[in-house]
Formats: sequence, C-alpha cells, structure tokens
Amino acid sequence: MSRIGMNRFNDKAFQVFGIFATFLGIILLAIFIGSILMDGLARIDGQFLSSLPSRKAERAGILTAWTGSLWIFALTALLSIPIGVSAGVYLEEYAAKNWFSNLLEINISNLAGVPSVIYGILGLEIFVRTLKFGGSVLAGASTLSLLILPIIIVATREAIKAVPSSLREASYGMGASKWQTTWMQVLPASAGGIATGIILALSRAIGETAPLIVIGALAYVPFVAKSPMDEFTVLPLQIFNWTSRPDHAFVINAAAGIIILLGITFLLNGIAVYLRHRWQKKVNW
Amino acid sequence: MIKREIKEKIIERTLGLSALLTVLTTIGIIWVLFSESLSFFKNVSLFDFLTDTEWTPLFTNKRYGILPLLSGTLLTTFIAIMIALPLGLTIAIYLSEYSSKKFRSYIKPMLEVLAAVPTVVYGFFALTVVTPFLKQIFPEVSSFNALSAGIVMGIMIIPMISSLSEDALFAVPKSLREGSYGLGATRFQTSFKVLVPAASSGIIVSIILAISRAIGETMIVAIAAGQQPNLTFNPLETIETITAYIVQVSLGDVPHGSLEYQTIFAAGLSLFVFTFMLNNLSFFIRSKYQEKYE
Repeated sequence: MSRIGMNRFNDKAFQVFGIFATFLGIILLAIFIGSILMDGLARIDGQFLSSLPSRKAERAGILTAWTGSLWIFALTALLSIPIGVSAGVYLEEYAAKNWFSNLLEINISNLAGVPSVIYGILGLEIFVRTLKFGGSVLAGASTLSLLILPIIIVATREAIKAVPSSLREASYGMGASKWQTTWMQVLPASAGGIATGIILALSRAIGETAPLIVIGALAYVPFVAKSPMDEFTVLPLQIFNWTSRPDHAFVINAAAGIIILLGITFLLNGIAVYLRHRWQKKVNW
Repeated sequence: MIKREIKEKIIERTLGLSALLTVLTTIGIIWVLFSESLSFFKNVSLFDFLTDTEWTPLFTNKRYGILPLLSGTLLTTFIAIMIALPLGLTIAIYLSEYSSKKFRSYIKPMLEVLAAVPTVVYGFFALTVVTPFLKQIFPEVSSFNALSAGIVMGIMIIPMISSLSEDALFAVPKSLREGSYGLGATRFQTSFKVLVPAASSGIIVSIILAISRAIGETMIVAIAAGQQPNLTFNPLETIETITAYIVQVSLGDVPHGSLEYQTIFAAGLSLFVFTFMLNNLSFFIRSKYQEKYE
C-alpha cells in the first residue's frame, strides 16, 4: 500500500474505532440495564413498595428506603439550594476580584474533588457527634448538602456569567439597586441554567451511599421516618445491603431497587437535559 | 435612601456568609482529619504506618501499615485509567474532529448518563455481571477482585476524560487545524500530531481529575473488590482500598474513640492528601495553560 493509501486507511480505521469507543460504554450500560430489568422487574409490585425491610427476601420491601430517599431529597434541596445559589451570586456579582475571591475559587474546585466518603467523615464528626444530630435524616441531608454545594455554586456562576452586562447596565440605568438588579434581572435570566445545575446536584445526592454509611445510616430501619430527627435509610443503602447478601433472592430485591433508583436518576437527568436545551434555545443574547 | 443602603449591605453580607461556608467546609475537613489522626499517630508511629506491610487493625494481632490499602487503591485506579483513557480520548477526538455536530449533540447527553448512574449500581454491575464473565476467562479469579471493580470504574469515568479532553481539543485555535489540513494531513494525522499535543495540558488535566475520582471512588470497590487488605498487584485477587476500609469500619460497631475507630481518620487523611495534591496539580496546570493561550 502506498503511503497515502496507508494514511487514508489509518484515518478510516480510527473513525471506525471512534464509533466503537463512543458506543461501547453506552452499549455495556444498556446490556446491564437489560439484565437488571429481567432480574428485578417482576419483583416490583405494591407489596415491594409498601413493605418494611425483612429477613425474608419475599416479604422485604423498600417502603423505608424510598420514603427515606424522599426525605433526604427534600431536606437536602431545602438546605443546599439557598446556600449554593447565594454563594454563586456572591462570587459572581459581588465579590471583588482579589486574592480572597481567588482563594474561594480554588477552594470550591478543590471541594468538588474531595471524595464523598471524606464528606461522610466530616458529617460524622460535625453533624452526628458535635451537633448531636445522631444518625438522623437531618445529619444525612446536611452532609449531602455540603457535598453538592460546589456543584450548585459552579452551575450558578456559569449561568450568571452568561447573562450579558447590558442587562445589568439597563437595570442600573433605571435606578435599580444592586440587589434589585440581581433579584429581578440577573437571577430570572439565569434561572434555567441554575435549575439545571440544581437538579443534577440533587440527582447526585439521591444516588450517594458512602457518606451515609459513614455517618451511620443503617439499612435496617423498621419504621418510616416521620421527622428530620428520625433514623433513616435510603434506596442506595438498601440496595447495597441486599447486594452484599449471599442469598440470591436478595439479589433480585437489589435489582428491583436499582430499577426504581435508576428510574429516579434518569428522570432527574432527563429534566436537566431538557431544561438546558430549552434554556439554550430561548436565551440568545 | 439610607434604609436601602443598609438593606443592600445586609444582603451582601448574607450572600458572603454562604460563600464563606465553603471555606469552613474545607477547614472542617482538614481539622477533623488531622485532629483525630493526631491521636492515632500518638499510638502508631508514622514510620510504621507508612512502611508496615500489614493492615490488620480489626484483628487480635494489630498491624497498622497503610501500604496494602494503598496498593489496592492504586491497583483499581490503574485498571480504571487503562480502560478509560484510551476509550475516553478516542471518543473526545472522534466527537471533536470526525463526527457531525448533530451526532455530537445527541451522543453527549447519553455519555453523561454513564457518569450519572449511582455508584452502588455500578458496584452491583461489577459483582453480578462482570465478575461472572471474568470467571469464564480466568477460572482462578476470586469472587471479589480488583479487575472487575477497576473495569467498571473505568467505564464510569469515561465521560470525565472524554468531555474534558473534548473541551481542550475544541479550544485549540482553528488555524492549527487548517495549517495541518493545508499540508495534506488526514484527520487522523492532524488529531494525533497537531491537536493532541496542542491540547495536551487540558488532556492531562482530565486524566489527573479522573485518577483523583478513581482513588476516591468507594461503593464499586466496597462491593466488588473485597475487604481483604492485600499487598499485591495481581488484579485477580481480593484486595481492599482505603475507601472500602472506611466503609467496612463504618458498617461494624467499633467503639467511638478507640484506636480502631481512629484508623478511619488516618485512612481518610491519606486519601485526602492524595486527592488534594492531584486536584491542585490539575488546577495549577489549568491556570498555566490558560496563560499560554490567551
């Protein structure tokens, strides 16, 4: 083969490999989801959703787990959204560009890279022991809030950055104060991007297991959490517990739990992708 | 007018406090890890911790060498990167230089799904699908092994490498591409001889962040790689990573304040030091890189 022919061949070969690589991960995931659906789909019924955990696989359910996840979702949202968006607004709109804001920036990207299990250790010492929340929903939600704050802050900043300064200047020109401009112009204009980031962050929180294990959340909680101070379990934790048992019936339960968890995760990610898409289309400064 | 200014000031301070919380979080992490580790190192010498080849704090014959946990962590991380780097980089080059814009806009959200799947689900995947599959190829593989966990972790971090590397390739000035094509180079030659070197710092950043992510990954290794500290680089054996050890202790009922309890802080500190160095290295490279291009 001539040199030119060789080069063309390499080019084509890489193109084929590129398509292969792009789809490999996705196809593996699809195979896996297919096998889980076959294992677990038949297990999902009213009894599974409404039963407490049990030592007998057929009688066990995910009532405490999904209600716990719902608690964690709501409480984490309540804590992390106002703080995360505020911090993002402060860094983008208020903070002077100096060594301190530089430090904040480095610090946030560092926090985003801290392993989740370390957040568990932090939560264990601060929320569970020092503040005496115990292994409660509140301790779990506080820990997960700290974990997802960097994601929300970065998303907020990115969204605010995309708002053109002409909008702010027009608002100032009308006599609006800084906060009025931020609250009535900048935030509504960046709401789509911020919402996307928040949903992705909460989706991450819903799927977290390790930090909750470290703060002492248990897989076996024989009652549904009724207040933020109650002990709790969540879906990922229940799945982990069932996965690590030798009895195959529990593995079926784990597969069924995974279907529910993946359903929630994909739904949240779908909403986020949709929001981002719509927001990018609508906003064309 | 004065009232409005006071209100504005109060709002600014409140927003600033939220930003300050991130600093407090970092201080909290460092303080918690160091203070508890300090009590640990009063009982165990740092030298033993770093050089002893056994980690058996939960047994009667207690040894406190971090090396077996470290080797487990590095082994799974290495396998994951060996999977994710070639695939992720290929995807990045394919999407940025070969594929159509439309294809890219459909495929990118699908790739992001790989990173959105909860890690406990990946752990289940490794244990119930990948390990049985590996058993058919290597009959001697343990039920819990580093290879299975590493492979699945690699799949999980593909989108991390592909999306950050693609951004880096995208940022390479168009003139470089045009110059290369003008000389008659193919897309393949342009990609590997011009674009990848030009985007190398961004690609390196993506690899460093992927390594950091793999080192800190917990559930996949806790489920599929095992709970047996093992100073080995044989991927077919049962091992334990630093993160899996922390989970193992947390699941048991180790009394608060005991030396066993403090081991998770010493282990956590080692983990934190690693990821902290890697993250800052990536930050350093990125800021250098921006200087170069702007």
